[in-house]
Amino acid sequence: MDELLLRELTPAVTGVLVHRGADFATAEDAVQEALIQAALTWPDRPPADPKGWLVTVAWRKFLDARRAEVSRRDREQRVETERPPGPAETADDTLQLFFLCAHPSLTPASAVALTLRAVGGLTTRQIAQAYLVPEATMAQRISRAKRTVGDVRFEEPGDLATVLRVLYLVFNEGYTGDVDLAAEAIRLTRQLASMTDDEETAGLLALMLLHHARRPARTRRDGSLVPLAEQDRSRWNTSLIAEGVAVLQEALGRDRLGEFQAQAAIAALHADAPRVEETDWVQIVGWYDELLRLTQSPVVQLNRAVAIGEADGPVAGLAALATVDPGLPRHTAASAYLHEKAGDLRTAARLYADAARSAPNLAERNHLTRQAARISQLLRG
Amino acid sequence: MAKYLLLKHYRGAPEAVNEVPMDQWTPAEVEDHLRFMADFAARLEGTGEWVDGQALSPEGTFVRYDGEGRPPVTDGPFAETKDLIAGWMVIDVDTYERALALAGELSAAPGAGGKPIHEWIEVRPFLSAPPTVTE
Repeated sequence: MDELLLRELTPAVTGVLVHRGADFATAEDAVQEALIQAALTWPDRPPADPKGWLVTVAWRKFLDARRAEVSRRDREQRVETERPPGPAETADDTLQLFFLCAHPSLTPASAVALTLRAVGGLTTRQIAQAYLVPEATMAQRISRAKRTVGDVRFEEPGDLATVLRVLYLVFNEGYTGDVDLAAEAIRLTRQLASMTDDEETAGLLALMLLHHARRPARTRRDGSLVPLAEQDRSRWNTSLIAEGVAVLQEALGRDRLGEFQAQAAIAALHADAPRVEETDWVQIVGWYDELLRLTQSPVVQLNRAVAIGEADGPVAGLAALATVDPGLPRHTAASAYLHEKAGDLRTAARLYADAARSAPNLAERNHLTRQAARISQLLRG
Repeated sequence: MAKYLLLKHYRGAPEAVNEVPMDQWTPAEVEDHLRFMADFAARLEGTGEWVDGQALSPEGTFVRYDGEGRPPVTDGPFAETKDLIAGWMVIDVDTYERALALAGELSAAPGAGGKPIHEWIEVRPFLSAPPTVTE
């Protein structure tokens, strides 16, 4: 059975129910139940019209939920729950769902969970597993999110930037489990890009494709991370790179540069180098300058300092790093890296050990510990 | 079956036999240690005894309530003398002896010189749910 087809139909089916007059929260629950039922029955009895099947089953479940709710409140009255049909759906339903699930009143965690369920068609269990929380906890997070946007009109126009932030989070921060959240983020961003003509959406898609292309080289079999400079580039996915570059070039051609396009441009320059020694660091520094102009972000300043270290030498890199807030995560690691390149091994070893102690995750801590150990060994001769 | 917490300490535990800090090992020794830890967890998943494992940042703070309408008070960073947990594993095993045996194996993780660290592992039983039948 095509699980992907099932998930792709989710937002459209929810749109149909909402246009028939269902409130978003109950409609979304009904669609979830229909998806779960489909997963059970479709392998043996695939329907001829998958979408029609989902709409029929979801609408029935919605009516059951409404009747139970109504009879729970007032057994005396019979309430008309079937409204005259409006337009079955509009092409913009999925887009509206994206906006609703990324509404600014939602916290990032809530928006992520609601988007993955209502737009992505993932089950609560899958989302819980991806974020390493109990299923009941994730179910509550989603219910609360729906209550938060309960008064938002389905047709209310939204800001694409809010949706892009949510999709970027999904790409960046999923952990383990059966669902590949990076692939899911790409699927949803592709869907969004096909419905809008927005260059930052294209920029985000390009960024994701270019990062995803490097994934086969990014982890060793034991799960440890391989830094960019050490990756076996023959394992990079060349068709994803080609697609990412094409999407990016089309966006850049519109001459409306944004953050995601600039980040993607940097990723494209890395992807373009057949060996790390051939990386065009000077151009990369130029793109960091653009990114800084767009964001004034301290993290960008930090990464720019490292790039300057590559383009103009470690002394220049350290000078640039000196203007960056030393309290930033990864500041110590960047300083260690540049000190080693500048030949100051003793300081580099000390800084790598310090950085390992305050690393925010195990993969980075292990990497930094390895570097400290490597340099300590060099110092011992 | 009973659950036990196995705790590693950054400091506060009695001194291990092989106490050299990890950033002063060779890279190969670091790899061997990390592989040992991963293999240990995988083996316990295989025996059906694994519940959870987490590593903790050495940074943090104490927090307490400061009275109605007031924000909580923090007391940090931690004093150098504080007993500081580095991480934990939760296991679900048939006997107390099995918990001790597994803690002993964890304590043998290799360190400097490729030799076992003989780290002191703290073992704590969970207070569990009561049985259905009570007299």
